[in-house]
Amino acid sequence: MAYDKFSVLKSTAVPMPMENIDTDQIIPARFLKATERKGFGDNLFRDWRYNADNTPKKDFVLNNPIYSGKILVGGKNFGSGSSREHAAWAIYDYGFRCVVSSFFADIFKNNSLNIGILPVQVSPEFLQAIFTAIEANPNAEFEVNLPDQTFTILATGQQYSFEINAYKKHNLLNGFDDIDYLQSIKPAIQAFSEKSFY
Amino acid sequence: MPNTPSSLFDKVWDAHVVQHIDNGPDVLFIDRHFIHEVTSPVAFLGLKNRGLSVMFPDKTFATADHNTPTIHQDQPVKDPLSANQLKALEENTAKYGISHWGLGNPKNGIVHVVGPENGITLPGMTIVCGDSHTSTHGAFGCIAFGIGTSEVEMVLSSQCIMQPKPKKLRIHVNGQLGKGVLPKDVALYIISQITASGATGYFVEYAGEVFQNMSMEGRMTVCNMSIEMGARGGMVAPDDTTFAYLKGREKAPKGAAWDSALAYWKTLKTDEGAVFDKELYFNAADIEPQITYGTNPGLGTGISKKIPAATQMAGSEASYKKSLEYMGFHENEAILGKKVDYVFLGSCTNGRIEDFRAFATIVKGRKKAEHITAWLVPGSHIVEQQIKEEGILDILNEAGFQLRQPGCSACLAMNDDKIPTGKYAVSTSNRNFEGRQGPGSRTLLASPLVAAAAAVTGVVTDPRTLMQ
Repeated sequence: MAYDKFSVLKSTAVPMPMENIDTDQIIPARFLKATERKGFGDNLFRDWRYNADNTPKKDFVLNNPIYSGKILVGGKNFGSGSSREHAAWAIYDYGFRCVVSSFFADIFKNNSLNIGILPVQVSPEFLQAIFTAIEANPNAEFEVNLPDQTFTILATGQQYSFEINAYKKHNLLNGFDDIDYLQSIKPAIQAFSEKSFY
Repeated sequence: MPNTPSSLFDKVWDAHVVQHIDNGPDVLFIDRHFIHEVTSPVAFLGLKNRGLSVMFPDKTFATADHNTPTIHQDQPVKDPLSANQLKALEENTAKYGISHWGLGNPKNGIVHVVGPENGITLPGMTIVCGDSHTSTHGAFGCIAFGIGTSEVEMVLSSQCIMQPKPKKLRIHVNGQLGKGVLPKDVALYIISQITASGATGYFVEYAGEVFQNMSMEGRMTVCNMSIEMGARGGMVAPDDTTFAYLKGREKAPKGAAWDSALAYWKTLKTDEGAVFDKELYFNAADIEPQITYGTNPGLGTGISKKIPAATQMAGSEASYKKSLEYMGFHENEAILGKKVDYVFLGSCTNGRIEDFRAFATIVKGRKKAEHITAWLVPGSHIVEQQIKEEGILDILNEAGFQLRQPGCSACLAMNDDKIPTGKYAVSTSNRNFEGRQGPGSRTLLASPLVAAAAAVTGVVTDPRTLMQ
C-alpha cells in the first residue's frame, strides 16, 4: 500500500513515557478482525483511551486536548509483543508519522518502516529531554529531518543524530516499499529457488 | 575460507541470501510460509490491488486458528467478523492454489502446532508467518520468525523478505532440571533474568545439556518464548531427538530423500570456536517452577518467592508500579496462595501432548476446585486425538475437566474465550499483557504443572507439593 513520502517533519508531540508499550495496548486483538486496512486509528490504544462503556478516559494523553501532533514519543521497548502490523496501521491512521523511543521492538520497527512511519531511536537521556520539553510546554515543536537523520528539540536546540539504513531511508524519502524492490529482482529469485534445498 | 568456524544461525541464514544490499537488508529466500485468517487478508488485498500473483503457492500453508471458536466447531461461526475472515482465507487460498486446513479439517489446529506435527517444518529451513510466535519452529534448527502483513504480501508475491541480519546471542543452560521444572519454566526464568527486551536485536541459539536433553515439544516451548525476551527467534541444533520426531511425519521426506536430507541436517550445528555477539550462561539448578506477577513476561519469578520491590527492578519505577496496580498485587507479597479464577491450558506455547500429559499427572485422582473455570484447549486435532488415545481425556473428565476444540483461544481472546475484567487466570500461554486474555483480565503465566496445581487447589500452588 502506497504511503506518503517522508522528508522533514516539524510538529508538536504526544508523550507516553510508559515502558514496554506492547502492540496489544496499541491495538487489542479483538480489533484485528477487518479484512481491509481501514479505520484502525479509531481503536488506537483502545483500552487505555476508552472505558468499557466507550466513554473517553479523561486522564489518558490522547484524550487531553493540550497534546497533539504527528510525533508519538514512547518509553523504552516500544512496540513489543505481537507482530500485528495493525499496530503500525493504527498509529499511522490516527495521524502519527514518527514514533520516538529509546528502544524499539524489532518487528514493530520493521512494520513501521514498511508502511511509512519513521521510528527514531534516541538515547535514554535524549528521550528524557524530549519528555522534559513537552512537560515545560505542550506546544513545543520538534523537527524530524530524514535527509540529515536528525531529531531536534526546537525550544532548546538540542539535536540527536539517529540511525537508519540507507536502503530504508531511500524508500521512505521516495515512498517506495520492499514489494516494489522484490518485484524488480524476480529473475534472481527464480534462479535462486531452482538451487534451493527445499 | 572453508575452515572459518560458523554458527548454526549463519549457516542457515547465509544459505538463503538471494542478494545482499550494501547498508541495507539481505533479501532472504523463504522455504515455508504459514498464513492464518487474521494477518493475511490485507496482504491478499494488496496482491490484488497491485495485480500480483503468488509466486510459489506450494511453499505457503494456511490454517485457521486465531479467531476460531473452541466449542461447536461443526456449527457456523457466530461472530460475523470472524466468519468473514475465515471465509476470506478460504477464498484466497482457493484462488491461488494454497493448501488450507480450515475449521473442521482433521489437520486443523494452531499454525505452530500443525506445522511441526505434519513434518512441514524441517531442519535448516527459513520459516515466516504473520505471527510473532513463529519462533516456535526454531526448535528444529530453523530460522523462523514473525512478520507483519506487508511482509506476508512480500512472501506471497516473491517468496522473499528483506531483513537486516540480526546479531547472535547464545544462551547456555547446563545441569539437570529439578523436580516439577518444565521447559516453560526455563523460558520464563531466562526472560525474568534478562527482561522482556533483553534479547532485542538478536537471534538466539539455545545450547547446553538442558536443551540437548529436552524433547521436541519442550524445545518448541522454549523457542516459542524467544520473542518474549525480544529476540526475533531462537533455535536449537537438530539432533537425533529431532530426526526421531520427524521420521514418518506426513510431509517429511521419505526413502532416499530422507537419507539425503538427514546428511544435510547433520551439518546443521554450530562449529567449535564460532563467535557470537553475546553469550549468557545459566544453571538448571537455579530454576524452580516459575510464575509471572506483572504485565510483561519479564515480570516473573520462582513460585516460592515474593513479588519484588520496585527498588529491586531495573526499569522505570512508575511503569513497574502501574503494572502491579493493574494486577491488584503489591510489592513484597507472596504469590503462593493467591486466589485464581480461571485456568487456561493450551496455545502454541503449551498446547501439545506433553503439556496435557503433565497437566494430567497433577489432576489425576483429584478434583477441579469448584470456583475454577478451566479451559483446556488442545493445539490441534492430532493432539486432541492423542489425548483421547492415551487415556488422558478420561483422567481429565474424572477430575471434572472438559476438553475444548483446537485453536488459539484464550491466549489472545479473539474468540469468545475471554477472561472477565478483574479475574485472575493462571495461563500456559505466552503473554500477560494488560487485557491480553480479555479486557481487564489478569494473567499469571506458568507451566502446565503450575496451571494444574492451581486448577485443583483454586489458588497459586507449588506443583511440587502435589507430586509423588
